[in-house]
Amino acid sequence: MRIIVCVKPVPDPKHWNRLQLDPKTRTLVRKGIPGTINPLDRHALEAALTLREQEGGEVLVVSMAPEDSQPVLKEALAMGADRAVLLSDRVFAGSDTLGTAYVLSVGIERLGEFDLILCGDETIDGGTAQVSAQLAEFLGTPNVMHVSGLEVSPGKPWLARSQIEHGYTLVEIEPPMVLSVVKTINTPRYVTLMNILEAEQKPIEVWSANDVTLSEPWAGLAGSPTQMADLFAPERKGMAEMITGDPKEQAAKLADRLHRLGFC
Amino acid sequence: MEFKFSDREELLRKTVRDYAEKEIPPYMEAMEETGEFPVELLKGMGQMGILGVITAPEYGGAGMGALARIVVLEELGRVCPAIPMAIQVHHMCTYALSTWGNEEQKKKYLPPLCKGETMGVVAVTEPSGGSDVGGMQTTAKLDGDKYILNGRKCFITNSHHADTWVVIARTGEGGKGLSAFIVENDFPGAKAGRKENKVGLRGANTGELAFNNCEVPKENLLGNEGDGMTTAIQDIVQCGRPGMAAVALGILNGVLEQAVKFAGERTLYGKSISKLQAIQWHIADIYADLEISRLLTYRVGWMIDQKINCAAESALAKQFACEAAARSARKAIEIHGSYGIMHEYAVQRLLRDAVVTIPAGGTAEIAKLVMFRQALSMFGL
Ligand SMILES: Cc1cc2nc3c(=O)[nH]c(=O)nc-3n(C[C@H](O)[C@H](O)[C@H](O)COP(=O)(O)OP(=O)(O)OC[C@H]3O[C@@H](n4cnc5c(N)ncnc54)[C@H](O)[C@@H]3O)c2cc1C
Ligand SMILES: Cc1cc2nc3c(=O)[nH]c(=O)nc-3n(C[C@H](O)[C@H](O)[C@H](O)COP(=O)(O)OP(=O)(O)OC[C@H]3O[C@@H](n4cnc5c(N)ncnc54)[C@H](O)[C@@H]3O)c2cc1C
Repeated sequence: MRIIVCVKPVPDPKHWNRLQLDPKTRTLVRKGIPGTINPLDRHALEAALTLREQEGGEVLVVSMAPEDSQPVLKEALAMGADRAVLLSDRVFAGSDTLGTAYVLSVGIERLGEFDLILCGDETIDGGTAQVSAQLAEFLGTPNVMHVSGLEVSPGKPWLARSQIEHGYTLVEIEPPMVLSVVKTINTPRYVTLMNILEAEQKPIEVWSANDVTLSEPWAGLAGSPTQMADLFAPERKGMAEMITGDPKEQAAKLADRLHRLGFC
Repeated sequence: MEFKFSDREELLRKTVRDYAEKEIPPYMEAMEETGEFPVELLKGMGQMGILGVITAPEYGGAGMGALARIVVLEELGRVCPAIPMAIQVHHMCTYALSTWGNEEQKKKYLPPLCKGETMGVVAVTEPSGGSDVGGMQTTAKLDGDKYILNGRKCFITNSHHADTWVVIARTGEGGKGLSAFIVENDFPGAKAGRKENKVGLRGANTGELAFNNCEVPKENLLGNEGDGMTTAIQDIVQCGRPGMAAVALGILNGVLEQAVKFAGERTLYGKSISKLQAIQWHIADIYADLEISRLLTYRVGWMIDQKINCAAESALAKQFACEAAARSARKAIEIHGSYGIMHEYAVQRLLRDAVVTIPAGGTAEIAKLVMFRQALSMFGL
């Protein structure tokens, strides 16, 4: 089985207090902030690795990101992926979701046949939750989102369990396909010290715009139909206070708080 | 000179941090209360490669070296310093076996230690004085195909959980009359004795090992007869002192975090106390202590990996970092006012933990003695 996992390097949430917005370019200033695997993509990768352990085959990681994101791909390799491709070129910079999905799709086309592409449902930085569906569209495959379980039996349609508001739907689906996962699907494994050493022997290929066939003009800031009108940090009004404990304790604490604030 | 970690070490730090932040906190309250090490964590730490970080891959380790080990211990200690206290002594056991063990000994004892199926100790200190290694009284007498051990070791980390004990005992006269042995906890006549009730690093178990006509097969002599002093000293220099310095780094990380957080949150006179210069100076001092300790400790890791002699540097890193941890924890408590000495606040524990690091792995005075000798040797004296 050939599984491709789309991994987006995002600023590590542990360092978010250092994040800044650049008012001129309307982008996040990521410099000096360590990157990490987008949290849901870690679950996507875990699902891929589990499936490889069951069915055999190969797990490839694909990412569109600046070249200095290689340590993030190393981490994906250390988790257990066999090979990683980083699509990196100035031409790709500033892509909106359409451009991102398009560049990923042409990269994946170059990688050849696949049974399954796994994405996260959404990222913690852009957070549009659009890329996996767009990617499926470009590749002409079915797409299921919010996947919390996947049952694979050879020779039969696969069963994807997709979370909806008050339950789930079971979708019968035939490969190849693009799925995007939610965090309840699994618990991602830790990278072990031995894995770190093994990953040093695995290749990260960096592909520029010249290494793929771009037949549409959608890549990069110039090609992106979405242009950000403005980007700003919302003004903080007041403070949120998280109330913890079991429901009974929470209710008691809330009532107490409201009472002290003079509401009841 | 390059003051930068490689991608390998950065990923190592990240993954151990993830592991420590998720897996250790659920045990911490019970560790403080009972003074017990959570042995349940050993398997997981084995799978992570933490226990075998300095052991060669052919014996089940990761073989990443001394600097990697310091990063691992620092990250565990950032969350809970008692954990790396226990693990660093476990590493000392793997170090002794890797360095002086023969092929059979390494094949038998190292893989289960790396996997976390067994736990290790190195037992040197005796009631007669830890600083005076040459004065130890535990004896080992050859009797046919066995050595018979008699005596008592005290303040031994992991005493009541360990299966594999590296024990130094007297086989002859004077400093050259010491030898090292591998003792299994269920050998006849071997017994864990009194359990200590420490003020800090409570989750690392400390206690006595007693030998009462303890029978140790002859093939469990580690290295040659008479090498015991070298084993004890070299294990301390290459493993024990850098390990204790790394535990102190863990404490210093915690201290700085608590100090900065509290100073930012506490308001007096209508503004955060971090606006007060006196508080700013405390935080700057703690920051300096952390950064200086890091430089000293990482350098020792690097020197060991480069196979450069570092007895004085190792003593300096250990002594400086452990005392820095204690004085910084004091300052963090000051920043907290009376909150700092309440059990709900982590800084009081960090001070207790820091104080305990000072004699462990050799006292500050003995470390200074090593530095003094190095200073003299610089002038050919
Ligand atoms: C603050 C901010 C606001 C933005 N607003 C918009 C906007 O309004 N409209 C718009 O079109 N774009 C917007 N973008 C840009 C958008 O985030 C990027 O185009 C991004 O590359 C893809 O979108 P996403 O992060 O929302 O991904 P999602 O659609 O949320 O991601 C879903 C999954 O797709 C995969 N994936 C996404 N990006 C990559 C990648 N680069 N490499 C590999 N796999 C990937 C991952 O598996 C991920 O889990 C914004 C970016 C930022 C930082
Ligand atoms: C948490 C913890 C864990 C430990 N784990 C282990 C372990 O796993 N294995 C092990 O073998 N031991 C272990 N020890 C023991 C530790 O190594 C000894 O406690 C230490 O070496 C000091 O020995 P002592 O307590 O007998 O003090 P003593 O040696 O009696 O020293 C008393 C005082 O005299 C000073 N002094 C001694 N000699 C000199 C000198 N020449 N010049 C100047 N001052 C001197 C000392 O610095 C100290 O201030 C541990 C200790 C602790 C606290």
